[in-house]
Amino acid sequence: MSKRNPDYENSFWQKFAMWCSGDYDPAKGKFEMKKPGQKSKGPNIIGKLMHILAQEESIYASERDKNLRTFNRFYIIVSVALGFLLTILLLVTVSQLPRFGDANAPENNEVARRYIEKGLEETGAVNIVAGMILDYRAFDTFGESCVLFVASCCVLMLLKEKKPEPEKRYDPVNSAILQPAARILVPIIIIFGIYVILNGHISPGGGFSGGAIIGTGFILYQTAFGFEKTGKFLSEKFIKVITVLALSFYCFAKSYSFYTGANHLHSVITPGTPGAILSAGLIVYLNICVGIVVACTMYSFYAAFRRGSF
Amino acid sequence: MVSTFFTNYEEVASCILFVIGMMNLLLQPNLIKKIIGLDIMDCSVYLFLAAKGYIEGRHAPIYVDGVTDAVNYINPVPSGLVLTGIVVSVSVSALMMALTINLYREYSTLNLDEIMMKLRQEETEKLGRLTYGAVEDEE
Repeated sequence: MSKRNPDYENSFWQKFAMWCSGDYDPAKGKFEMKKPGQKSKGPNIIGKLMHILAQEESIYASERDKNLRTFNRFYIIVSVALGFLLTILLLVTVSQLPRFGDANAPENNEVARRYIEKGLEETGAVNIVAGMILDYRAFDTFGESCVLFVASCCVLMLLKEKKPEPEKRYDPVNSAILQPAARILVPIIIIFGIYVILNGHISPGGGFSGGAIIGTGFILYQTAFGFEKTGKFLSEKFIKVITVLALSFYCFAKSYSFYTGANHLHSVITPGTPGAILSAGLIVYLNICVGIVVACTMYSFYAAFRRGSF
Repeated sequence: MVSTFFTNYEEVASCILFVIGMMNLLLQPNLIKKIIGLDIMDCSVYLFLAAKGYIEGRHAPIYVDGVTDAVNYINPVPSGLVLTGIVVSVSVSALMMALTINLYREYSTLNLDEIMMKLRQEETEKLGRLTYGAVEDEE
């Protein structure tokens, strides 16, 4: 019961796929290609000019080196002068600033007051910063997570190696110190990371810090046990799928929340009592999404720089 | 005026760090050191923001015993800004490192001046080939 189109070979999408891979050229046979003439007619002004330039190049090479040295000296002097100028400028600005820790400084304005006074009531988060970045400014945090994801994709693209190198000589394979230490430490590190993520709205922490902690746990495991063992639960495909799933859940949940008048999905997820784990509406779930993205990004950065692939 | 420096030493330190980072960026020929300089600049900005958010004698922005009075907590806005900045700077550093590794693979040096010299050499060679090719054509 194949769902394949019987006329697949000639179908549009097959041709499109072939065009993408460079096997098929729709313009073939429709245009006539003319070979450019072997001899250019008329005087070859550009060629002569280049010839003269190339001759002059050798004549002025020594003079150019002298100019280069002069330029380097000039560059260093100007840089240092710029540094001093910038220091003086910044210090003059600092001297005009209000005293450190001043409660009446202009930056402690109604915005901060509003976040503090209404934060608990509107978001249900005990941690004001978590309530701020995952509720009032949730799309900003979504953008940050996307930046991380895009950066990890770019790094993987830039450092991709077709045939990953075997484990190098200096890799700590079967290290007698690292492996027992990793066996004890990795579960503790990952559990601590999960604790930090789940308590992001009632204590210091959150998705970014917890995700970074979990990522270090993965990295320690990889260093101790190698890519084969880590690849069993952290393959490239798994990381991509779980990151994209987390990002899309974040996007859809928060879009729905804003679409319905930013009422924080009260019909589905209640804000709950402040201080409980399952409170503060969507913030716990968004923290989990951010944590997944950050952990996967940290690990994929490490894998890309270590070997060029997973 | 100078007395402000002794009360605002966090801001003074962040300014000096900023200039140190920028000097690294301008004067170091090594690309990795340039990236480190940029990270120092990032950190100085975070130090400045975190220092601006502090208010003397107040708690961290986490509600204690359900007290929602603004006079009890420090400014939460700079903390959120620093969080954003750290994430972006991590991504940018990783991307720059990856590009630097690719440059090293191509030119097998991290010195920016040497890379520029090799680029110039390649360009001259190309120019020479173009010139001689054109002259032969004319003949």
